[in-house]
Amino acid sequence: MGVEGIGARVLRKEDRRFITGKGRYTDDMSVPGMKHAAFVRSPHAHAKITGIDVETAKKMPGVIGVLTGAELKADGIGNLICGWMIHSKDGTPMKMGAWSPLATDAVRYVGDAVVIVIADTKGQARDAAEAVDVSYEELPVVVKTAEALNEGAPQLHSEAPGNLIFDWDIGDEKATNDAFAGAAHVTKMDIVNGRLVPNAIEPRATLGVYDAGEDHYTCWTTSQNPHVARLVLSAFYNVAPENKLRVIAPDVGGGFGSKIFIYPEELICLWASKKTGVPVKWVADRTESFLADAHGRDHVTHAELAFDQDNKILGLKVQTIANLGAYMSLFSSSVPTYLYATLLSGQYDIPAIHANVKAVYTNTAPVDAYRGAGRPEASFVLERIMETAARELKVSPAELRRKNFIRTFPHQTPVIMNYDAGDFDATLDAGLKAADYEGFEKRREEAAKRGKLRGIGLSCYIEACGIAPSAAVGSLGAGVGLWESAEVRVNAIGTIEILTGSHSHGQGHETTFAQLATERFGVPIESVSIVHGDTDKVQMGMGTYGSRSGAVGMSAVVKALDKVEAKAKKIAAHLLEADEADIEIKDGDVRVAGTDKSLPWFQVALAAYTAHNLPSGMEPGLKEGAFYDPSNFTFPGGCHICEVEVDPETGVTEIIQFVAADDFGKIINPMIVEGQVHGGLAQGIGQALLEGTHYDDTGQLLTASFMDYTMPRAQNLPSFNIMTTETPCPSNPLGIKGCGEAGAIGSPPAVINAITDAIRNNNLTMPATPQTVWNAIQAAK
Amino acid sequence: MAKVELFVNGRAVTGEAEDRTLLVHFLRENLGLTGTHVGCDTSQCGACVVHVDGRAVKSCTMLAAQASGSTITTIEGLSASGELHPLQVAFRENHALQCGFCTPGMIMTSVDMIRRHPNGLDEATVRDQLEGNICRCTGYHNIVKAVLDASDKMGKGAVKAA
Repeated sequence: MGVEGIGARVLRKEDRRFITGKGRYTDDMSVPGMKHAAFVRSPHAHAKITGIDVETAKKMPGVIGVLTGAELKADGIGNLICGWMIHSKDGTPMKMGAWSPLATDAVRYVGDAVVIVIADTKGQARDAAEAVDVSYEELPVVVKTAEALNEGAPQLHSEAPGNLIFDWDIGDEKATNDAFAGAAHVTKMDIVNGRLVPNAIEPRATLGVYDAGEDHYTCWTTSQNPHVARLVLSAFYNVAPENKLRVIAPDVGGGFGSKIFIYPEELICLWASKKTGVPVKWVADRTESFLADAHGRDHVTHAELAFDQDNKILGLKVQTIANLGAYMSLFSSSVPTYLYATLLSGQYDIPAIHANVKAVYTNTAPVDAYRGAGRPEASFVLERIMETAARELKVSPAELRRKNFIRTFPHQTPVIMNYDAGDFDATLDAGLKAADYEGFEKRREEAAKRGKLRGIGLSCYIEACGIAPSAAVGSLGAGVGLWESAEVRVNAIGTIEILTGSHSHGQGHETTFAQLATERFGVPIESVSIVHGDTDKVQMGMGTYGSRSGAVGMSAVVKALDKVEAKAKKIAAHLLEADEADIEIKDGDVRVAGTDKSLPWFQVALAAYTAHNLPSGMEPGLKEGAFYDPSNFTFPGGCHICEVEVDPETGVTEIIQFVAADDFGKIINPMIVEGQVHGGLAQGIGQALLEGTHYDDTGQLLTASFMDYTMPRAQNLPSFNIMTTETPCPSNPLGIKGCGEAGAIGSPPAVINAITDAIRNNNLTMPATPQTVWNAIQAAK
Repeated sequence: MAKVELFVNGRAVTGEAEDRTLLVHFLRENLGLTGTHVGCDTSQCGACVVHVDGRAVKSCTMLAAQASGSTITTIEGLSASGELHPLQVAFRENHALQCGFCTPGMIMTSVDMIRRHPNGLDEATVRDQLEGNICRCTGYHNIVKAVLDASDKMGKGAVKAA
């Protein structure tokens, strides 16, 4: 490892612009003639639209255009779609209701967009939006996940009778029932995984610019995957052919999944730019973000876990209702199915698993991937029921887990996944040691003397990253391939540009991707630049989500570096009159191994471009591209341990320590990996303790601002005690597993296991606010 | 329309704005100082913190007209000499930022926090004083480290255990 190569704690190259206020986010963009948009949104959770009167609004000061869904439809703009086909267990395809970018006949959640108003200033656009008169005939509303399938529940979409989108199965139901028939003990639980709002601190924004001279569109947008945005806007929504549409995702202020999807707003602003002849910018305010960003989680589950007399797991049964909200967002169907139920085996050797998932419509914001996407829901089910089973069986939660660990790899689970590598004892041991698990009872006694209830909770999670082998996900219904692309351009003076289809919105790609080239060629990291986020610069890519940038995006870079290295060696061998096999590239020099013959790196690059003396038949230039399609998912895993003290008088929970021991495979930059874990933990602990999304019975979102929805703040969190172990991933060239979501996946069950251990009442739903905890304490008395 | 006269980052500026224009929008849209960010509508997130007459203020809580006559420092003006402010250095060295969106507000708040605690800071105080700034990326772990580091390096020394 060099000081700037693989494994080094290189400080971030991108930081300078952010710490000096020179970042360039979508809302910072300004183009000549730019105007501002505001959306008229539904105040009702469910209603028929009986009339839209825009005449008053059109006459308001500064107003340039007031446009409706009828005009959008007339121009041939398509409905929004979900790009992952799920088939119900009876073989029928999922039942997707129509989602018009601007509602025309009905609205189905509070925040559903109805009209766009464009004016000279943001204020004028809002004033005019207030003056648009939409007449509604209110309809009955269904909000709660568990009630969507009830007999007589209000219907959202005629395409989906009974609000049922799909009724999907995984695993072998008969084998699982047989396993349960011979069980010595069965633990049964009802588990709710509440709804979360992602809340990247940068609200979504878009700037649509139509160039009439070129009949060309440019879309600046807060996207985690600009190429997928272009593909979908072009192929499905009919905005423009791909060669007439440039999508740019500049600096993006956090995503956490919520900026993967193609929302109505960017599509409408592009269309409106052509319609009105002006560039149209829209920036969400925070309440709009709460109302209209895709939410996360929202599962209601019943789970049963069967053990034999020796406490070995025999089987797992899971029934889940997943709330997808009012419309199916872009990848919504994949989250409670292939990203959830395929992880239900966890770190354990479970011979038989059967899961059933019913996805439902409700009059709430659409639900899609949010940090972890399905995997936190799976680990919450499994790690809550494991801890509960240990309590029922009166055995150590750590030892019950250890007894059931998978120890031989590859391991085929009953739910599709084939784990390629892992060492679950190693992360458990590291976690237990760091947390002084053995010494806990003494600490509990000491706390009791102070009148505090102390508890400790474990979570041994696994997740699947490196999303994903294209053929595999294609066979499971994905509408896209999930490879990644890279291009390595060596300039004539030896500096390097790496183009990637991955997108950084906080993950530090400009540093970690550059470390790969520095490691390979020994060039200083300052001489390597990363280019991403612009469809005019990077040909194609699938973007960043599912902790895929390292395992998939970097693997593509490695493939392109391999090709560049091979060509550079050919050139050097020719120039140095040596055998190609004897050439090595080290510390910025290209050498003949074992001799003093060498060339500086830049001279090889220069030779490639002057082309005065290249091997016969070789093309000039030193630039190579590669696509990398993974051969398997990757399987990060680890052990999270939370220790809490609860004040029985107030129900206030304090986290005394939080330990995370994670196995991410090979790590490129430990500093950045640690940062990813910290952030994930904050989101997981936020879910466990603070963040609750509340709709009232009429479908009004009661938690639609930072005054009402409790975001984790510095004072709510401890400093974290984190560490890593390493079993390299065998399926990609760098051995990377991925680290972006682990914190959010492993931590919620650890926190709830700790609190329920402290208060001796296992019946506790997230968020465990002081009121909830206090009530649970009273109930246990 | 209101006439707004400010002294921003060492420069006198004048402009006109609608009466309802918030200081943050005046800075961003009239002056092009886009380093100050808007992350909420309720003065909760702190992405818009600037210094008004030397004190940290959420620039979304103040009308531009109300600020008229004040001296304003934004993130762009924090290191006038071109050399980074010790807090900017500490944020980079401690990996206290990821997406960078909350960072300007975090830094401006922290500069004021260190000014108000000349005898140094401890972790609990830093966490408490960051109450008005929300970060969704870092879990605050490294932000707290960075503020303590900068407080130390600015020669004030951390509070020693009494």
